[in-house]
Amino acid sequence: MTQAHQHAFNRQSINTSIYLPMDVEILARIQFAFTVAFHYIYPPLSIGLGLLMVIFEGSYLLTRIKVYETLARFWTKIFALTFGIGVATGIVMEFEFGTNWATYSRYVGDVFGSALAAEGIFAFALESGFLGVLLFGWNRVRPAVHFIATVGVFLGSMFSAIWIVVANSWQQTPAGYHIVGEGMNARAEITDFWAMVFNPSSVERLLHVWTGAFLAGIFLVLSVHAYYLLRRRHIAVSQKAIRISVICALVFSLVQLFIGHLSADGVARNQPAKLAAFEGHFDSSAVADMYIMGWVDKEDQSVTGIKIPNGLSYLLHQDFETPVTGLNSFPEDERPTAINSVFQFYHLMVAIGMLLILISLFAAVQLWRNKLFNHRWLLWVLVWAVVLPQVANQLGWFAAEMGRQPWVVYGLLRTSDALSDAVTANQVLTSLILFTLVYALLLTLFVYLLTKKIKHGPDDTSELMDQRTHQQEFTKQLTH
Amino acid sequence: METFLGLDYPTLWFIVIGGLFSGYAVLDGFDLGAGFWHLFFKKEESRRVALNAVGPVWDGNEVWLVIGGGALFAGFPKVYASLFSAMYLPFMLFLIFLIFRAISIEFRSKEEMKWWRQFWDVSYSVASSMLAFLLGVVVGNVLNGFNMDANGQVYISLPGALNPFSVLVGFTTLALFAMHGGIFLSMKTEGRLFSKITRLIKGAMIAFIVLFAISTLYALLYLPHMSDRISQSPVLFLIPLAAFLSIANIPRLLSKRKFQWAFIFSSITTCLSMVIVAVELYPTILYAPANPDNSLTVYNAASSEKSLGIMLLMAAIGFPLVLFYTIFVYRTFWGKVKLDETSY
Repeated sequence: MTQAHQHAFNRQSINTSIYLPMDVEILARIQFAFTVAFHYIYPPLSIGLGLLMVIFEGSYLLTRIKVYETLARFWTKIFALTFGIGVATGIVMEFEFGTNWATYSRYVGDVFGSALAAEGIFAFALESGFLGVLLFGWNRVRPAVHFIATVGVFLGSMFSAIWIVVANSWQQTPAGYHIVGEGMNARAEITDFWAMVFNPSSVERLLHVWTGAFLAGIFLVLSVHAYYLLRRRHIAVSQKAIRISVICALVFSLVQLFIGHLSADGVARNQPAKLAAFEGHFDSSAVADMYIMGWVDKEDQSVTGIKIPNGLSYLLHQDFETPVTGLNSFPEDERPTAINSVFQFYHLMVAIGMLLILISLFAAVQLWRNKLFNHRWLLWVLVWAVVLPQVANQLGWFAAEMGRQPWVVYGLLRTSDALSDAVTANQVLTSLILFTLVYALLLTLFVYLLTKKIKHGPDDTSELMDQRTHQQEFTKQLTH
Repeated sequence: METFLGLDYPTLWFIVIGGLFSGYAVLDGFDLGAGFWHLFFKKEESRRVALNAVGPVWDGNEVWLVIGGGALFAGFPKVYASLFSAMYLPFMLFLIFLIFRAISIEFRSKEEMKWWRQFWDVSYSVASSMLAFLLGVVVGNVLNGFNMDANGQVYISLPGALNPFSVLVGFTTLALFAMHGGIFLSMKTEGRLFSKITRLIKGAMIAFIVLFAISTLYALLYLPHMSDRISQSPVLFLIPLAAFLSIANIPRLLSKRKFQWAFIFSSITTCLSMVIVAVELYPTILYAPANPDNSLTVYNAASSEKSLGIMLLMAAIGFPLVLFYTIFVYRTFWGKVKLDETSY
């Protein structure tokens, strides 16, 4: 009996009570996707806000200008909220590996587990250890020590991303392992730790994730402070915050263009089936177009849309004539199934990336010309742009993970073979319903409390005199 | 087989994981115990003080669970897979309560409304108590054993997981944490709240002593595969004896009002309880009573020596760092709780 048959057999014999139309596999996938996607709203915010908190507090220590301290304190409070929900929803996935994906856990534990354990001991401990001092230590430790705590928390969240992306990249491009045993007892064992850590895709994917996280935090800061300016509140602090964040936004949105290209290059090299799905490219002997937008017809093996002819060939090979590996080079059961979704997610992500560059560039030019604060419409754009990096981060992950299918570990273990055989569809459905209810409550509360904190605003009353003069100037500017 | 200090790597890693879970039990144990008492405090001020006693540290304490879980996954993947998939619903409930514990602490202070605060107070206390209880239930089930097949698979229903012995261990754990958390609160509070807590601790202490005695007796009588080792070896018998002495020391220290010493001894008691569990299990981790050949031991469930060696090195580097942050944050917030504008 092959491994797959064995699994199907086991599941059948255990799940005699199933009356559900959905099977364990799809339910377990939905549950993991849902819980991880929900979780991923928060860590990028923590990383991105962490960066700005370090900049704000560091500037305060250097210059002793009160505005920076006000900003650091205000954003620490928002950070506490995102961090709290990030922690609460983060441990769920660690447990799900064992509960829902037991076969996966047995198969990869020797390799994957060490990355996860490293995350706990080197990253999460640092982050959570200093968090108490960051949140509650303002009046208890010297400013320099508090700054160390802020940097500690920020570095912790960056390190956390390292190990999680390493673990996930190993699933995309396994390296530094060998397979021992056969059938049900087959498993990957580590042979070279550093080869596992620096597997072919981990570095570029990590940079991609970091930059995406920075943008999420930066655009939240821009959104909130643009809103204050539109409401003519907290003007001095908001102008300062926007000046810093617009520059950061420009830098990181451009950096992301470069890193995004590196990542796509890596996917072409390491996971050609995934890249072919990204662009809906089927025929391996043909040169490949690059689509700005489009629609994939899987039956007809064609894409309808706006394209740059031969663009993908040029992007990957710097030559318009070189063919690109297409989906037809892979057996039917080794291609991603949801090709059109993968195509759409990928293209939307790229489009949002471009839009972020456009917004940042325009805002930066206006800032340089000293006119940014005069354009109400531009401030409104900044208010709503907060959703863009969030959506792009989600889309990018969905494209990456769905593009890896049908493999859970690329080329080694199929998603359908990775489940817990002892777990029934009813159990997964029960927990899925529970998570849906709890997360709906969490999201409602998060949005409500975030709005409340934003409405309350930074405690800049001590700068009231300063504020009044700013307000008068600002009103003058707007009315001109 | 590679050894270090005369111990082979799987055994060493078993000890490391035991140490991590003991650390978790000692540290998050007092948070959960403090949560258990939360509704016993009636005044808003008292509840705020109690919450802020654990406020700056609970998150760092929960990290020990994350690391412990990761260490089990990495060191004994088969145990991780079998245990977590077998106890599916208890673990899912555990996750839900972990979420509610975290957000209750975070959200409670964000609104003034009475119903809002009351809701999060109840949620915090129920979640903390259920977490303590469920941790005990998992330990009880591990001690009972699982009837796994040759592939390490077993299905356990929720009522099956809530068998009498596991429920007993669940309540024992709850009582232990309630005592431990109560003593922690007595170190962090003053005035009337302080005297109220010192009165409440006594109940938890008596409950724990009684439940601990009953579950030990139960294990001796009905779980011979677990208690044989201890009841037959006079040296190992010293461990439960030390645990009993450590427990007996707590009322003495409390009556002398030496709360910090009492806290040290309730921590020791917690650790010794974990040591008893570890000694009873070793070298088996998950025992399969019907077919002992299917049991998962530190040897047949361990990751490769290479992997264990790498992780032992990581633990050796990481542990002093974790210890450093932990000491730093506890020193910063040492002494009685003082509420300020950054408090919950």
